Amino acid sequence: MGQRVTIDPITRIEGHLRIEVEVEGGKVVDAWSSAQMFRGIEIILQGRDPRDAPLFTQRSCGVCTYVHYLSSVRAVEAAVGVKIPENARIIRNLLHGAQFQHDHIVHFYHLHALDWVDVVSALKADPAKTAVLADNVSDSPMGGTDYFKQVQQRLQTFVDSGQLGPLNNGYWGHPAYRLPPEANLMASAHYIEALRLQAKTARMHAIFGAKNPHLQTLVVGGVTSIKDLNPERIMKFLSLWRETQDFVEKVYIPDLLAVASFYKDWGAIGGTSNFLSWGDLPQGETEPDSHYLPRGVIMKRDLAGLKMADQEKVAEDVVRAWYEKGSAKHPFKGETKPQHGDYKPDDGKYSWFKAPRYEGEPCEVGPLARALVSYASGVKEFKEVIDGVLKKLDIPVDALYSTLGRTAARGIETLVIGQKMEGWIMELVENIKKGDTRTYQSWEMPDKGMGYGLNDVARGALGHWIEIEDKKIKNYQYVVPSTWNLGPRCEKGKLGPVEEALIGTPVADPKRPIEVLRTVHSFDPCIACGVHVIDPHSNEVYKIRAL
Amino acid sequence: MEQDKYNKFFEKLESYGVSRRQFMKYCTFLTATMGLSSSMVNDVAEVFASPKQRPPVVWLHFGECTGCSEALLRSSYPFPDRLILDILSIEYHETIMAAAGHQAEENLHNAIKKYEGQFICVVEGAIATKYNGAYGKIGGRTFLEIAQEVCPKAAAVICIGACACFGGIQAAKPNPGGYKGVGDALGIKTVNLAGCPPNPVNFVGTVVNYLLLGKLPALDEKGRPVFAYGQTIHDQCPRRSYFEMGEFVEEFGSEEAALGYCLYKMGCRGPETYNNCPIAKFNDGTNWPVEAGHPCIGCSEPDFWDQMTPFFEEL
Repeated sequence: MGQRVTIDPITRIEGHLRIEVEVEGGKVVDAWSSAQMFRGIEIILQGRDPRDAPLFTQRSCGVCTYVHYLSSVRAVEAAVGVKIPENARIIRNLLHGAQFQHDHIVHFYHLHALDWVDVVSALKADPAKTAVLADNVSDSPMGGTDYFKQVQQRLQTFVDSGQLGPLNNGYWGHPAYRLPPEANLMASAHYIEALRLQAKTARMHAIFGAKNPHLQTLVVGGVTSIKDLNPERIMKFLSLWRETQDFVEKVYIPDLLAVASFYKDWGAIGGTSNFLSWGDLPQGETEPDSHYLPRGVIMKRDLAGLKMADQEKVAEDVVRAWYEKGSAKHPFKGETKPQHGDYKPDDGKYSWFKAPRYEGEPCEVGPLARALVSYASGVKEFKEVIDGVLKKLDIPVDALYSTLGRTAARGIETLVIGQKMEGWIMELVENIKKGDTRTYQSWEMPDKGMGYGLNDVARGALGHWIEIEDKKIKNYQYVVPSTWNLGPRCEKGKLGPVEEALIGTPVADPKRPIEVLRTVHSFDPCIACGVHVIDPHSNEVYKIRAL
Repeated sequence: MEQDKYNKFFEKLESYGVSRRQFMKYCTFLTATMGLSSSMVNDVAEVFASPKQRPPVVWLHFGECTGCSEALLRSSYPFPDRLILDILSIEYHETIMAAAGHQAEENLHNAIKKYEGQFICVVEGAIATKYNGAYGKIGGRTFLEIAQEVCPKAAAVICIGACACFGGIQAAKPNPGGYKGVGDALGIKTVNLAGCPPNPVNFVGTVVNYLLLGKLPALDEKGRPVFAYGQTIHDQCPRRSYFEMGEFVEEFGSEEAALGYCLYKMGCRGPETYNNCPIAKFNDGTNWPVEAGHPCIGCSEPDFWDQMTPFFEEL
């Protein structure tokens, strides 16, 4: 047996995650992903007013704020049978687009970059050479020898102070870091720029959504921010969008390509087999046909065999999760008998996450799944940008099935979705010009109803299911991106996507397993979202009928 | 402050795209928010301009969503990089730190040893108390064990957000994990920056107060700084005159909603909620819930998930 390496806590993610790998001959031969926290929001929702569900579920996550809010409000709208006005759809898409931009920029620079960028090495860089490098890779407005000298000086002062704060004890100097000092300095400067930029990006949410994190504007039937449909607010939104999109085009994408060119071997590490996307960003009333991000499922990397995805085919398996044994069931039919126990990765239960499966198969969700489904569906903008990136890096299509491909897909969709947003703003302006300022459709709470909202959000496929009885929430369930990606093994012993992706990952130094972090972070794990399911100690059984 | 130091600082600020005027405006706003005399504006500015030894901060995450950390990181005043690199010394913060696993644990251990009695402990998230804390673990230890070890060694414990203050959403009925706020779980006194999330300006105000005056701000009986939570939303609301005139919104998206009438009948909890949202606003003064046409949900009051719900029913 190889050497067991445990990383707990996994940092630079949302929530509490433990990853264990077995290393043999310098490579990962087995892996276990374990969610370490449980909150119980679904039980808390039972018996409450369905109108409150979106505000509650939004608190699943403050990093990817808004997304549960959106999915939940759609589920309740489906259950009560209300169709929202055109302007509400557009505003929701604009908020969602801003969420993609914000979330992916923060992930690339602040959660993921330190796995590839050695900040300490940046101190050795030549600022003049860095300025030349930066000019070569992008036309970022910030640059020049003085600028990089200043950034380097600031880092030096920080290091000299002896208080290394968040940089303390990183894997600095690890042989797996491959960037020359100049590229490290450039990326460190952009880490700081991105930190400032994202604060502005978040303001887009405040314009139509009151605040960020945790917006306050969606209501069952539409949005509340009718008063903000004025030229001044829309122009403000437009200018923040433009500033963000400029950064994506002039800094994020060039950085992504520059860094990737030093790590091309990661195009053969960290891949998985199956991909699911619910799709999102409706361009009209019909779903999923009007989705800009298409719905679909790809099995065994067979792009030509792309199929429409059907929520009926989802089941959650609990054999290796801290619940009593039972067969895998659809969220609407599910019965859950929770049972907390010890952490037993080898032959027992080891996570608070259930294991979602599509027709019995684990599926990766998120930017790579969406890029592949969009590519296979022939969405023009995705195809062009993906082909462009492959050509620029001189790597084959197969290299997409990897840690590198996943990270590239995140940047690609940030660019493509961002480009789409300007048109939506104009659509909104045209409606207002025509005198259409409808943002809300009134409705009545039925005694009974069932509904679901399927979305694709920054981290992947998200679904909320609700059942209403006596005008109250009878049952509520959600299956979230991080359970798909970071869930444990299932009854058939099939590994969850992160576990599968980790196998074969090189580990040069088991005491400093930076390579493992690269693949885990490439999924952008978010644990608080996934562990909300059920009380593990009350042994209550929840039965929900199928639609 | 010496003049050249000031000039150097302003030069630096300008290179970040912040003018001297904008910076002083922020300091004036912050000084007023903190309830300090306007003669203190320059002293407040000095905290940012010439930080002495950066105070060590240990930031713990328990049962939460990271929204409070994010709120702070998503504000432009002060820039988050200044907060992280120049003003505070963040010794441990799982969302931003480079280290992971053993190395992360080591950072925590070393910080509380080296800075015992000196560090500021910021807690985000509630503590699971049922089943020996089985609901939440980090590095194999429960939230409760970690809090019991770290908090008593801090110079001050600042709870950021509804969860750390009062238990938050996971403590809503039936509170499956027995989640509690930090003060309650440990039986200690904490500064409670209530809200879901709280306005980051109130966190900055509390920290600046500490750096400037060497003490924590005055607190109300719920542990909330009086400078921020001294008045109700209702009493500071720009829509208050509509309330007095009896002009109410009765349906979202209506003409009255477009005119910005009072949201009382839509379920606004402003009259029962103490916070400075109407004055401070969120995301660098961009907006706040009532201005976006949404009733206040009372998120800075204890147990608001139970006490203030159903949200869309009139008080």
